[in-house]
Amino acid sequence: MDVFSYFNYWVVVVLMMLGFFIVIARGNLVKKLIGLNIFQTSVFILYISIGNVSGGAAPILEEGVALYSNPLPHVLILTAIVVGIATTAVGLALVVRIHAAYDSVEESEILAQDEPC
Amino acid sequence: MEVLIDIVLLSLLVATAVALVMVRGLIASIMLTSVYGLLSASFFVTMGAVDVAFTEAAVGAGVSPLLLLFTVAVIGRKERAPEGGAVLVKSLLLVVVTGALLIVGTLDMPPFGSPDAPAQTHVAPYYLQQSGAEIGIPNVVTSVLASYRAYDTLGEVLVIFTAGVAVILILASSSHRGSARLRNATVPDGSPHTILQVVGKILIPFILLFAFYVQFHGEYGPGGGFQAGVIFASGVILYGLLFGLPTVCRVLPPPVMEVLAALGVLIFGLTGVMSLLNGAPFLDYSVLADDPVTAQHIGIMVIELGVGITVASVITAIYYAFANQLEPGPN
Repeated sequence: MDVFSYFNYWVVVVLMMLGFFIVIARGNLVKKLIGLNIFQTSVFILYISIGNVSGGAAPILEEGVALYSNPLPHVLILTAIVVGIATTAVGLALVVRIHAAYDSVEESEILAQDEPC
Repeated sequence: MEVLIDIVLLSLLVATAVALVMVRGLIASIMLTSVYGLLSASFFVTMGAVDVAFTEAAVGAGVSPLLLLFTVAVIGRKERAPEGGAVLVKSLLLVVVTGALLIVGTLDMPPFGSPDAPAQTHVAPYYLQQSGAEIGIPNVVTSVLASYRAYDTLGEVLVIFTAGVAVILILASSSHRGSARLRNATVPDGSPHTILQVVGKILIPFILLFAFYVQFHGEYGPGGGFQAGVIFASGVILYGLLFGLPTVCRVLPPPVMEVLAALGVLIFGLTGVMSLLNGAPFLDYSVLADDPVTAQHIGIMVIELGVGITVASVITAIYYAFANQLEPGPN
């Protein structure tokens, strides 16, 4: 079971890197935001995995249950998800305005328009 | 068995993320994002993080793809072919090196699920053992969120409120003085989605009812203001999608949503001020009633209500702002 004890963390790293790759290698601004979302979710998975206790119940107190998952990462991630969607909305709003100003959401085309003659 | 479910869900997540890297075209990417959200919500359930799963199911699989779809409806669904050559090689190199370093880093982590890990022995045992006596409600996540770490939560709610204001300001047209007010008052006369509308009419009341249940039962079961807020907002958004923006704006006018967003933060902050006036630190509820445990109950109820109002109205206002960007189509 030694490999499985790190499986979650490795998946987190893989997801994080896939999101990172989308952010740096794709030119489309909406795609970049999707990549950022994957990156963000990988951090959520990391926190929740750290908070997991084998055989632990969901942290809702109950008679006769002694072992619970760690509630603190749940609190942090629960609020982070809602903050994440609010900030993603700000990013998407900026994309809409960039499209209105440049008529494109491709990074290379936007940079080309910005270059001084 | 649990390990197996864990491995299957995580492998599906990786497969979805790989598909997101490979696929070209924004509509396909957004659908994959929705799948990704649903899978991660299922993963959170298997980890015992039920409160988180609620939120992720509503946000990751529902609201987030929806906002992406609105954006794509405005800017077009085309995505240019990714750049090859030097850029690709450089990014691949960077990603592989960073990933390898992080993997090496994980080898120092305590084994997954170990009860002796530092994260499990620091402050969490205190919350699990004492919150029953100090706060008196079964859901420890709610105790920590709304009482022990209420200061943090106030900050998060303020961030959400600020983000809502920012979206409204960024997307507002000059004639509307920075408000999410309706721009196109005409009802779209395209063919109505009759089947969806009938199904929606049955579903939406239950979605809203469920949101209220999650809000007010959040101390005893999984739930709370954040979850209830996003569930309520997704019900409203579903109504708007099926019956048109003008209809939903008649039910919940955008100016009301803007006021409610501020009101929720105000309720939260004023609760803190009430404790101050009663001679306790900011957001220490135990002085709000004669019995400290009852006082904690009252405090948590009130601030969860504030959180729920702000989250629901900010997400609804963001939806209005995005939906407003769509010009009425020719059909």
